[in-house]
Amino acid sequence: MKKIDIAVVDYGMGNLRSVSKALEHVAPEKNVVVTSNPKDIENAERVVFPGQGAMPDCMRELDARGLRESVMHAAGNKPFLGICIGLQMLFEHSEEGDAVGLGLLKGNVKRFAAAEMHGANGEKLKVPHMGWNQVYQTWHSSADSSQLQSHALWKNIENGARFYYVHSYYVQPEDECIISGYSEYPNRFTGAIALDNLFAVQFHPEKSANAGLQMLSNFVNWLP
Amino acid sequence: MLAKRIIPCLDVTDGRVVKGINFLELRDAGDPVEIAKRYDDQGADELTFLDITASSDNRGLILHIIEQVASQVFIPLTVGGGVREVEDVRRLLNAGADKVSINTTAVLNPQMVADAAGRFGSQCIVVAIDAKKVENQPFEWEVFTHGGRKATGLDAVKWAEYMAKLGAGELLVTSMDRDGTKIGFNNPLNKAISNAVDVPIIASGGVGNLQHLVDGVTIGGADAVLAASIFHYGEYTVKQAKEYMAQHGIEVRL
Repeated sequence: MKKIDIAVVDYGMGNLRSVSKALEHVAPEKNVVVTSNPKDIENAERVVFPGQGAMPDCMRELDARGLRESVMHAAGNKPFLGICIGLQMLFEHSEEGDAVGLGLLKGNVKRFAAAEMHGANGEKLKVPHMGWNQVYQTWHSSADSSQLQSHALWKNIENGARFYYVHSYYVQPEDECIISGYSEYPNRFTGAIALDNLFAVQFHPEKSANAGLQMLSNFVNWLP
Repeated sequence: MLAKRIIPCLDVTDGRVVKGINFLELRDAGDPVEIAKRYDDQGADELTFLDITASSDNRGLILHIIEQVASQVFIPLTVGGGVREVEDVRRLLNAGADKVSINTTAVLNPQMVADAAGRFGSQCIVVAIDAKKVENQPFEWEVFTHGGRKATGLDAVKWAEYMAKLGAGELLVTSMDRDGTKIGFNNPLNKAISNAVDVPIIASGGVGNLQHLVDGVTIGGADAVLAASIFHYGEYTVKQAKEYMAQHGIEVRL
């Protein structure tokens, strides 16, 4: 069997073609497989966990395909990139349909609060939060604590670069130290989280032109 | 802060991009993949493809075009035109579309909007509303279907609210009075709809210069502005449009 470099987890929710095409574009030499086979996820060197639609449906479809265990294992052991609902599902609970998540990370998924959706000039802010927003990177101490640095997945990406978002819910981690990037709408919300081998983003790198392709390229080359 | 989006629109028929005036008199504007790549290079925030192919024989061509564009252009792609069933939505998403725009079918069978949103998520369901100013109704703007030929008796603003409630994640509002005229968006129509719904709206129909794009946002309350001819014929680049909007205090992705 041909070695799988990157497995894109397919649990029947939405368009995975964009994700796989973008990965193939940045890493033409890699074997990218869109799969709903737990064995492929176990054998892959890296795993991408995308997601679209509503989180309760995503959780249900994930379980219906018997993928929970292999995804949980991958998220704890190899370079793992969650995207959109693939980020939200890592947490304990979502306000969307009162859904229970995988619980790999402590915290909740919350909806943009209607009462707060006003801009600086009083203009109405729409939900879903749809479009290109600036993502600010957070800085952490390096391994030897000698300097502050941003995560490897931000390499060659300008701080404040715009990424494409489309979502009505965002994650609120219990431990804010895992936040690796944030945006504002109108309040600050989590754009990316990082913990060991795990990196997950609320925006869509596969749809974020050059900044997004750079992040996917960084993921392909990442050695956590 | 979230940027206002500029969305070039490509009307596609039989595999070519065309542009008409008031939905008539089509002129050839070029190869879809080439045009899509050019707009991506110029900084377009999204691209919209409207399949206006008349005969069902050539409908499959759009899938092939989307497949090609999606493997070379990494920004959101919306496809509309001739979407009748949930299965059509699935086919377009699988070909590489990120959003599918539903127009006439939404009027004939509103449940289809709810079904498609339920199955694929609101984020990929756009409802396109073609509206025209009317004198003989208790409301100001009426919804038209079938490329603007058929009146529906529906109030465009109420219809917009209903579509958002059924699960549309975004509304593409085209003024039939303005389309192809180059005299600017119908800002009162856009403002009325934008105020009535929580989902983003895309203003469409009537752009003739860059000030019209600015007015669409500042006066019409649009979250995104869509234009075709000013970009196709090289009058302005997307980059020029964004720079102009930025100079006028609008947040854009540069």
